[in-house]
Amino acid sequence: MEIKEKIKNLINANDVCLFMKGTPDAPQCGFSMAVSNALKHLKVNFNGINVLEDENLRQGIKEFSDWPTIPQLYIKSEFIGGCDIVKEMFEKGDLKTLLEEKKLI
Amino acid sequence: MALPIEEIKKLITSSIPDASIEIKDLMGDNNHYSAIIKSKMFNGLSRIDQHKLVYKSLKGRMGNELHALSIVTEEK
Repeated sequence: MEIKEKIKNLINANDVCLFMKGTPDAPQCGFSMAVSNALKHLKVNFNGINVLEDENLRQGIKEFSDWPTIPQLYIKSEFIGGCDIVKEMFEKGDLKTLLEEKKLI
Repeated sequence: MALPIEEIKKLITSSIPDASIEIKDLMGDNNHYSAIIKSKMFNGLSRIDQHKLVYKSLKGRMGNELHALSIVTEEK
C-alpha cells in the first residue's frame, strides 16, 4: 500500500491520532512527550503511532502534511499542528474546547 | 549539528523581511532554541500556515540540523 494511503487510513480510523517518536508510555523525544502528556491530561482516547518503527512513515507523514517536524496531531482526520501549536492550544484551553466540540471528551 | 542564532535570523528575514525575531538559546548549546516571530505576513493566516511560512524560510533545515526550535508566531 502506498504510504499516503496508509496515513489516510490511520487518520480516518482514529479520531485522535498522534504521529510521534516513541509511544505514549515511552516517548523518545521531549516534544512528542509534551503532546502525548497534554492528551493524557485531557483524558482523551488517542492512538499514538511510533514513526521510529517505520522510516517510510517517518518521511511520508512530513510530505503528507507539508510539515517538517514530528509530533503531528490529527483530530477527526484534520491536521491540528505540531508541538508548539498543540502546546499553545492546550495552555489557552482551546484544545479542550475543540475535543469537546468534536464530542471526544 | 547546530545553527547559530544569527544564521537563523538571516534565513527567516530573507523570506519574511518585516519579521521581528526574538530567539533564545534555551540550553546555551546552539541547538535548542525558542523563537518569537512577529510579522504582517502572518495576518489572517491560520497558526499552521504561519508556522509553515517560518519552516519554509528555514529551507529544509527544520527537522534536520535544526532539531529543537520551538516557534511562537504573532501578527503585527
